[in-house]
Amino acid sequence: MHDMSAPAVHHHAPPTSFIRKHVFSLDHKVIGKQYYDMALVAAIIGMILSWIMRIHLAWTNAAIPGLQLLSKTGAPGGVLTPEYYLQLMTMHGTIMVFFVLTTAPFAAFGNFFLPIQVGAEDMPFPHFNMMSFWVTFTGFIVLLASFFVSDGPTLGGWTQYAPLNAVGAIAGPGQGMGVILWMASIALFCVGQLLGSLNFIPTTLDLRTKGMSLMRLPLTTWAWFITSCMGLTAFAVLMPACILAILDHVAGTSFFVPSNLVISDQLQQHSGGSTLLWQHLFWFFGHPEVYIAIIPGIGIVSHILITNMRRPLLSHRVIIYSMGALAVLSYMVYGHHMFVSGMNPYSALAFSFPTLIITIPATIIVLIQIFSLYGSKLRINSASLFALGFISMFVSGGVSGFFLAQPSIDIMLHATYFVVGHFHMVMAVAAMFGIFAGTYFWAPKMFGRMMNETLGKIHFWLSFVGAYCIFMPFHYLGIVGNVRRYSVFVDDYLQPLLPVHKFITVAALLTGAAQAIFLYNLIHTRFWGKPASDNPWEGTSLEWSTTTPPPFDNWGGKLPVVYHDPYQYGVESSVGDYVMQASPEQVKTENDEQ
Amino acid sequence: MAKLFAVTIIVIAIASAIPIIMHTWSAPEDISIHGPIIDDQMSETMAEAGIAFLAAQFVLAIFIWMFAKPNPGGKIKKFPGGATGLVIGAFLIVGIEVLALGVFGAKVWADVYLSPPGANAMPVQVQAGQFAFYFRYPGPDGKFAAIHPNLIDESTENFFGIDTTNDPDAKDDIVTAEFAIPVNKEIHLLMHSKDLGHSFYVRELRVHQDFVPGLDVSLHFTATKIGKYEIVCTQLCGLGHYNMKAYLEVMSQDDFDKWLKQQAAAQ
Amino acid sequence: MATTIHEPPQIDHPHTDDFSNGGGRNLIPADGDLRLTIDHSPPPTSSAIWVVVFAVSMMFAAFTSALFVRKGSSLDWQSFSLPSILYFTTLVLIASSVTLEIARRRITAFMRGFQTGVENPARWLYVTLFLGLVFVAGQYVAWLQLRAEGLYLATNPSSSFFYLLTVTHALHVLGGLGGIIYILSKLHRGILRRNQLVASARYWHFMDVLWIYLLLLLLMKL
Repeated sequence: MHDMSAPAVHHHAPPTSFIRKHVFSLDHKVIGKQYYDMALVAAIIGMILSWIMRIHLAWTNAAIPGLQLLSKTGAPGGVLTPEYYLQLMTMHGTIMVFFVLTTAPFAAFGNFFLPIQVGAEDMPFPHFNMMSFWVTFTGFIVLLASFFVSDGPTLGGWTQYAPLNAVGAIAGPGQGMGVILWMASIALFCVGQLLGSLNFIPTTLDLRTKGMSLMRLPLTTWAWFITSCMGLTAFAVLMPACILAILDHVAGTSFFVPSNLVISDQLQQHSGGSTLLWQHLFWFFGHPEVYIAIIPGIGIVSHILITNMRRPLLSHRVIIYSMGALAVLSYMVYGHHMFVSGMNPYSALAFSFPTLIITIPATIIVLIQIFSLYGSKLRINSASLFALGFISMFVSGGVSGFFLAQPSIDIMLHATYFVVGHFHMVMAVAAMFGIFAGTYFWAPKMFGRMMNETLGKIHFWLSFVGAYCIFMPFHYLGIVGNVRRYSVFVDDYLQPLLPVHKFITVAALLTGAAQAIFLYNLIHTRFWGKPASDNPWEGTSLEWSTTTPPPFDNWGGKLPVVYHDPYQYGVESSVGDYVMQASPEQVKTENDEQ
Repeated sequence: MAKLFAVTIIVIAIASAIPIIMHTWSAPEDISIHGPIIDDQMSETMAEAGIAFLAAQFVLAIFIWMFAKPNPGGKIKKFPGGATGLVIGAFLIVGIEVLALGVFGAKVWADVYLSPPGANAMPVQVQAGQFAFYFRYPGPDGKFAAIHPNLIDESTENFFGIDTTNDPDAKDDIVTAEFAIPVNKEIHLLMHSKDLGHSFYVRELRVHQDFVPGLDVSLHFTATKIGKYEIVCTQLCGLGHYNMKAYLEVMSQDDFDKWLKQQAAAQ
Repeated sequence: MATTIHEPPQIDHPHTDDFSNGGGRNLIPADGDLRLTIDHSPPPTSSAIWVVVFAVSMMFAAFTSALFVRKGSSLDWQSFSLPSILYFTTLVLIASSVTLEIARRRITAFMRGFQTGVENPARWLYVTLFLGLVFVAGQYVAWLQLRAEGLYLATNPSSSFFYLLTVTHALHVLGGLGGIIYILSKLHRGILRRNQLVASARYWHFMDVLWIYLLLLLLMKL
């Protein structure tokens, strides 16, 4: 590109065989796409499961054609049984949280773009990186395998509370083999993500190219770096918890199962375990997990907005520090999931304050994103629409956190649809919007082809309006006291709410169907889309400095050298209103380092 | 496109707020002594969260409306005050809001959970199991017989596993499937789980507490209104979870005494 | 001082390890003068080994907190005395750390060209490998002894935690042994890099410290 580039020394040669190129590849870009495709498959499965659940909730006795093929006992004649509803619900939550929301924004985009954005040729330990994907993939297969064991997947919910998770098949369908497979799957997933962190952290710290100081890293890189640090802590705690649960289940130990349990008139042999121990271990992972899902989204959305606003955010550092604050605080707040769990009431108060305080960094991030729009030259395209939609969703889901952070109000709202609405908006839909924005924005670089903008905009409108129609009413249901995880609303009290459930179901079916537009657009683009130029969005960060798609070593033998802060927009340069990080051109910029 | 988007955001924000403002769906009327402060805290939070929600969506929409311009000319402007102003604003406004909510919320929580039951509170034990609640009144001696898990037998209706042959305390224990209490009398509810995690949730009573297997927890409350209310389990406990419930009957003291006599006779 | 006869194996730049976190030093000033920059980043292996140490620490922290909660909340905890062979294996593990440190220093000196033969430091690595295997064998003997006393995994929470902690630790020690074998093979092929040696040594010392921590924990809490 220019003379000052340092010669690159690649530590492994490009593969030639199909298997080493596309299956057991060491190339971070291929691994990133593998993660993306796995997340896509997982998202489709998870969404179909949510359709089945929604249909059952609105029309309890409706036969869903073909469902009996999945389980003869769970859905005789296509009509869900209450236990199979819970089993599908557990799988929906597990697949979505672990294999979509964690893998797509973090592992998929992170793998593809983190090394490119820091100016490296690859991750430092490509073999571990390959293992990271294949271990995660094995975890996914193990989880799906539980559909096909005799009494189906576990019904314990994605939180798998003790002692239901450890007492065995006597507690209900799926609590035998199903729960063992669940635990094994999640333990494998944890190993896979730890291997991912093992690569992400040294890449960010040590493989930055010349001139790429920490504060010159784009916000996406910061987000992935912070997320990988969180994953390191969270997954390293969930994995031992899963091991303990498996031991309780198969080896007869009593870590989580207390004495004197009588299940189905049979006295259990376990003694002395602590059920709250599981909750503490789980939520020590579980709350940071929420931020593991959303912080990459914050980074991606900031990155995309900046490019489309043609200006940097009001402050680069404040966003980084706020994301760091979210990460640190997320470990101090996990107890807010346990306000009514029987935990010491004083601990509830101790967990309440950090939970309220965590809204401050979140507010700062949102305010900076919104107020950076002021005076900008906003370009509207599919990517920026989804990025703006992310902000709207993040705000809507975020404000309901004010309620759930307070133990006294949580008395009313705990385990109701209010909670379901809250986390679906702030974590699921917002993170999905981040994934969509990232896909429209980066497809040119990942696949070498442009996504269809018209289809992208139609997809956005249907998803945005649809998501509000689905998840806003959840809050109203929760305020009335509609309990979650019920397969049927048998009592008189909840009967008047059925029309709301029907409305939600129709909205969910339509919004889900709209995702077919995205799927078509994605597949069509990958094979037949319009070829993309190197820098279609006039971006500044390093991924736009290399060719489209990037060569095997990302830089064609010459590492780039970085001269500028990541987001030098709104300047006058030879190429337009921006100057790229790797361009030695000297321009007068607003944010020059002193 | 941008203007349509801005309008959509505003329409969605207002449409979302209308059912809340109109109280289209609201929590059932409170029947407890401690409930009103929870309700107050709830509506206060609703007001603050609602204002934050509407303000953020409106500002987002207005900025999109104003600044989505594809034309390349013109200079980038900066919001007056920049990031510093926003950070200070966030700390001040959100910080004060959060602190206020936290302090008042803590007080509410303390009133509900950190106060001991009164000396005259009537003890009742509730046992949760897959998928039913059973209630036990100590009878005239005021003592609950000890629970022997190995004696629990659904077929003989010994739900609590009490030793009726040897235990003198067991003679007058009254076990029922419905939860009757006298109005305006403080109840001290002792919660015991037979098998798994369950929860005790009465919406009208503003009471919600998990059963912890292996650990007996208790709570206390006073109901102020006669009527029949639903008790539901909110902790996923297996295939019959959706159907695990019982009824709370709040009666006058006379009715309650009569009811208890009937139940004692039926044991 | 002996004169250098052999060409030493591939030598890392001497101050490679002196910048453990110095990507930030690569800053190019706004006028783009490359001469002011340092020409390398630290090897990622050094940060990676801290990542591993941190993850393993978190895992044992989770086990430790589980032990505290489990012991505090129950009445069925039965203490038993640790098999005395554990004190022997502790000494073996500490000795192996010492031999590894000797090996590391000698190899480092060799790589810098101060020393001539590579066989001598390799021998110390073999000693370390042997001591590591003795440690694992000793742990195995301890499990056999407990089994002979009728203490199985599920007998009591105390024995559950004993097996859990010692087995998990032993598996991580086996991983460390794999690391030493890796270092040995690289050393013999003359392609060892110093940061790989340093990383393996750090991991091994960490296993040592972790074991002493676990021993104290078991002594006080079991």
